[in-house]
Amino acid sequence: MTVNKVFKSCDEAVADISDGATIMVGGFGSYGGLPINLIVALSRQGAKDLTVVANMGGVGFELSKRIKPGGYQDLGILFEKGQVKKFIGSVPALGGMPPDSPLEKMYNEGKVEIEVVPQGTLAERIRCGAGGLGGFYTPVGVGTVVAEGKEKKVIDGKEYILESPLTADFALIKAHKADTMGNLIYRRTARCFNPVMATAAATTIVEVDELVKVGQLDPEVVVTPHVYVHRIVEVKR
Amino acid sequence: MKARLDEQTIALRAAREFADGSVVNLGYGMPGLCADFIPEGRTVFFQSENGMLGYGNLASDADKDYEMINASDQPVTPLPGMCFFDSAAAFDMIRGGHIDVVVLGAYQVSEKGDLANWGRPGRPATGMGGGMDLAAGAKKVIVTMLHTTKTGEPRIVKKCTYPLTARRCVGLIITDLAVIEVTPEGLVLKEIAPDWTVPEVQALTHAGLKPASDLKEIEL
Repeated sequence: MTVNKVFKSCDEAVADISDGATIMVGGFGSYGGLPINLIVALSRQGAKDLTVVANMGGVGFELSKRIKPGGYQDLGILFEKGQVKKFIGSVPALGGMPPDSPLEKMYNEGKVEIEVVPQGTLAERIRCGAGGLGGFYTPVGVGTVVAEGKEKKVIDGKEYILESPLTADFALIKAHKADTMGNLIYRRTARCFNPVMATAAATTIVEVDELVKVGQLDPEVVVTPHVYVHRIVEVKR
Repeated sequence: MKARLDEQTIALRAAREFADGSVVNLGYGMPGLCADFIPEGRTVFFQSENGMLGYGNLASDADKDYEMINASDQPVTPLPGMCFFDSAAAFDMIRGGHIDVVVLGAYQVSEKGDLANWGRPGRPATGMGGGMDLAAGAKKVIVTMLHTTKTGEPRIVKKCTYPLTARRCVGLIITDLAVIEVTPEGLVLKEIAPDWTVPEVQALTHAGLKPASDLKEIEL
């Protein structure tokens, strides 16, 4: 017997995300690889007190007009709606933009907590969590605020700090194609944080440009094996 | 007021440091301009920490693909031989010493090569992105920046007062006034902008500068 992983809509796919859940959100910057339809569905669904793990905090609709004419939605919508209690990522807000992103405003009002993590350390903490490891020693952040409160170790004369694994209750992922079993391939730089986050959550929800039948993806090029994928929604581009 | 080099010229000078066949990562802002100034006859492979190696120029409006962006969120063009990978693999490449050169912007660089380039007063919610990983992992770190702040404060200092990105990581500093090498003996002034004198540049630099025996004007 095979479980049906295909959901009809993003709203159905995120319906059971509860208050207080930890959620990884794929993507890199403010666009490109962001599972934006799942993010918007989560904003409609309204779950609160979320911990969000994502590379960037988003710029929000108003600031996005400086990047693309007409503007666009990004992760900022979840902060705007007050759904997040903690953000973990490498770029909460862009220093090159005015301090008006929803996350930065909420932070300055004391309404959200931020844990800032170097980008490679973020990826590796997620990989560690996904792979059942207890942590890792990295030279990144030695001598900086990132090292504060962390175990230090010298290995072969070089300084390292201990970083801990990250996992999540849910991962929201953007892929290019999925087969109905959940094997995934990505497109260009929209890959970024998606494959690693897809492996680190109890429930991984994926929006894809195209859903195909089993057997239609070349097994040699599958990036994310189906075992990691629990829900798939096709959102045609 | 004496003329200072513009950002394009700083980027042009930085790009001369890229050896033929080298793997180069360009940071946010001014460093990105280096892509336009690869010395003729050299091949450089640009790596981007969102998971791409060997991409081409910035895309024209007609060619923009928002799933084909560099780490500064700018759409770029594909080149034969390029490849994509995920963020974890991108940072294995970076931490593991497979990047020959990274060019980064900076708020401050210290006389020991400490770098501060991600946090500044009044903006507690900004982050370091991949800067700490790149500064710690690349074989050579080049900083391109303006020599002084908007209010005329030196950015090359004895000790950084802004939050650090990494300690003792910078190898070469290229500004609108000078090219400065970070050595175990201190900062060596290698090249100087046209019409500027050593005392004038030193007056705008908190850390001590040692003029190189072969000090010359920045060749453009």
